[in-house]
Amino acid sequence: MLQYIVRRILLMIPTLLLISFVTFVVVQLPPGDYLNAYVAALTQEGGETVDREQIEMLRQRYGLDEPFLVQYWYWISNIVFEGDFGRSFQWNQPVSDLLWGRIGLTFAVSLASLLFVYVVAFPIGVYSAIRKYSLGDYVFTFLGFIGLAVPNFLLALVLMVVSLQVFGVTPGGLFSPDYASAPWSWGKFVDFLAHLWVPMIIIGTASTAALIRVMRANLLDELNKPYVETARAKGQSEAVLIMRYPVRIALNPFVSRLGWELPALVSGAAITSIVLNLPTAGPVLLTALQSQDMYLAGSFILILSTLTVIGTLVSDILLAWLDPRIRYS
Amino acid sequence: MSAMTDPPTGAAALPDDVVSIADARGAEVAGQWRLMWWKFRQHKLAMASGIVVLLLYLVAIFAEFLAPVDPNAFNPRYTYAPPQDLRMSFVDESGDRHWGLHVNGYRSEIDRETFRRTFVLDDDDRIAVGFFVRSDPYLLAGFIPASVKLVGPKEAGQPFYVLGADRLGRDMLSRVIHGARVSLSIGLVGVFLSLFLGVVLGGISGYYGGWIDTVIQRLIEFIRSIPTIPLWMGLAAAIPLTLHPLMVYLIITAIVSLVGWTDLGREVRGRFLSIKDEDFVAAARLDGASEGRIILRHMTPSFLSHIIATVTLAIPTMILAETALSFLGIGLRPPVVSWGVLLQEAQNVRSVVTAPWLMWPGAAVVIAVLSFNFLGDGLRDAADPYAT
Repeated sequence: MLQYIVRRILLMIPTLLLISFVTFVVVQLPPGDYLNAYVAALTQEGGETVDREQIEMLRQRYGLDEPFLVQYWYWISNIVFEGDFGRSFQWNQPVSDLLWGRIGLTFAVSLASLLFVYVVAFPIGVYSAIRKYSLGDYVFTFLGFIGLAVPNFLLALVLMVVSLQVFGVTPGGLFSPDYASAPWSWGKFVDFLAHLWVPMIIIGTASTAALIRVMRANLLDELNKPYVETARAKGQSEAVLIMRYPVRIALNPFVSRLGWELPALVSGAAITSIVLNLPTAGPVLLTALQSQDMYLAGSFILILSTLTVIGTLVSDILLAWLDPRIRYS
Repeated sequence: MSAMTDPPTGAAALPDDVVSIADARGAEVAGQWRLMWWKFRQHKLAMASGIVVLLLYLVAIFAEFLAPVDPNAFNPRYTYAPPQDLRMSFVDESGDRHWGLHVNGYRSEIDRETFRRTFVLDDDDRIAVGFFVRSDPYLLAGFIPASVKLVGPKEAGQPFYVLGADRLGRDMLSRVIHGARVSLSIGLVGVFLSLFLGVVLGGISGYYGGWIDTVIQRLIEFIRSIPTIPLWMGLAAAIPLTLHPLMVYLIITAIVSLVGWTDLGREVRGRFLSIKDEDFVAAARLDGASEGRIILRHMTPSFLSHIIATVTLAIPTMILAETALSFLGIGLRPPVVSWGVLLQEAQNVRSVVTAPWLMWPGAAVVIAVLSFNFLGDGLRDAADPYAT
């Protein structure tokens, strides 16, 4: 087991390096460098004189006159060794001040959706397989397909419109106005939970639909096997025999999708939170990209991807711990 | 066992439902594609979805003919005009019923409290609607000169908004119809790009194996492990605003397929791995067939049907990706008309509340994605006609 974990962590290092490099290439793609955008933003705001010395200092620190690879090195080494993600000219703050709170909320929302997906998909998948072609199965299959076909942002939009028309309020945000800028407390946490369910359901719908189909298909394969027949012939009660044997086997591919679902949910959270205007990574990333606030955008893409890879690793290790066969294949 | 009941070897492994049709037509002589067609026809939902997909593409091709007006023609008099009902007949004051396709004109009223202009459909104002009405000359599908529209007001210039009008008084119906062209073709072009990448890289990976396989598999794992939308957003935001819309279209397609090819790559690799040691491949090799010939003539046909099914299931993902990016304002931009661009108008919740018909492009997306999914499901089942 330890050997497996060590091997997986070693394999993760080149992946993370590649992620950081790709991120840097992506945020460098627009023409002009960071300081051009910075100076343009300062002059646009008007009045503020551009401080030559400060600009020269920034140019030195991020090596903006150097070749591309050297710039990459400055960027990544500042992040890794000093925790300095650069500055956002849009917010006029160090990126790290903006980053962690929003990243934390993004993953809180994504993990809540992950939980929702598995808690909902498991019983429905089992039910659909056991009561194959029943009315309930058809209803869930139909809902599942709708869930797959309606894009996250459309679902969010429809929900907001309906709520505005019926209740006269928009269900945006993750906190009530009273708590929005307050420090974390028990009250704020409860308030957060009360707001969490809307994005959780919207982000989770598509994955839930996919997982129901996986669970149903796997369990259907198992239900036809002779060992189920044997258990039935021996007089085992139906509920016990299904939950104890075929469900346990069908659970495997269901759980092993965990590593795939996380990136999908983080993706979904990014776009949904833009529509719902949640204080997560999505909206900030979008405006940062639009105004070419490159260090801000780059840091978000980098940290979102890195944490997703780490999350996938954790889920793989959990799986290997549950199912020893994985370690050797 | 008598010779009478002994089934022909070709049909021995066929499932009952296919055999029942096959009996009448001679399954022993039916080719693989014919068997698949029979099996596919069993899947009613997939058949229906296939027809819907076909219709959608016909709409996209003949958009100019089907759309009542130019999608970019604006009319400030009809800002957010509500949808008109298409009526077959009306009853006049003396109680007589008159037949004839028509819609009602608008009467605008100013709300005394909010001073907002609201439209009311005027029952007395009837605008006759006809089929094959004359219009300004246009190029059908971009190259056939024509000047007839399928449906429209008989008297040109009369308001005709069956699905309502948007912020600038543009006709939603015409816009949704024209949007189909861009949105659906991005799905097709994107899928061909990812098919190319998937088949080449997946094929190399599965056929040669060894270190090259490891590298390509690592690459696929890498792409799959990162959240795609932030990455797409980064790439799409890098497209210069001054670029020609066609170039933007091509770049968006490339960005979308850059991520989409991994599924196809895996599928192709898996198929190559499973059949490269089959006897018929060895026979071809011993026969002195070149590697290219073995891959193209012997191996590819045996898994082509699976590839087609996977491709069909990949198209909706591409459509959704384009819609999402354009919706966020970093994909295609006006004056290009795609479903995602149209949904940008619906970004403001308050304007959707006053004009719910702005959501029609969303319905179009859902219909397209659903039909592709059902069609793909049916194709996947049919791809293996010997399985039960």
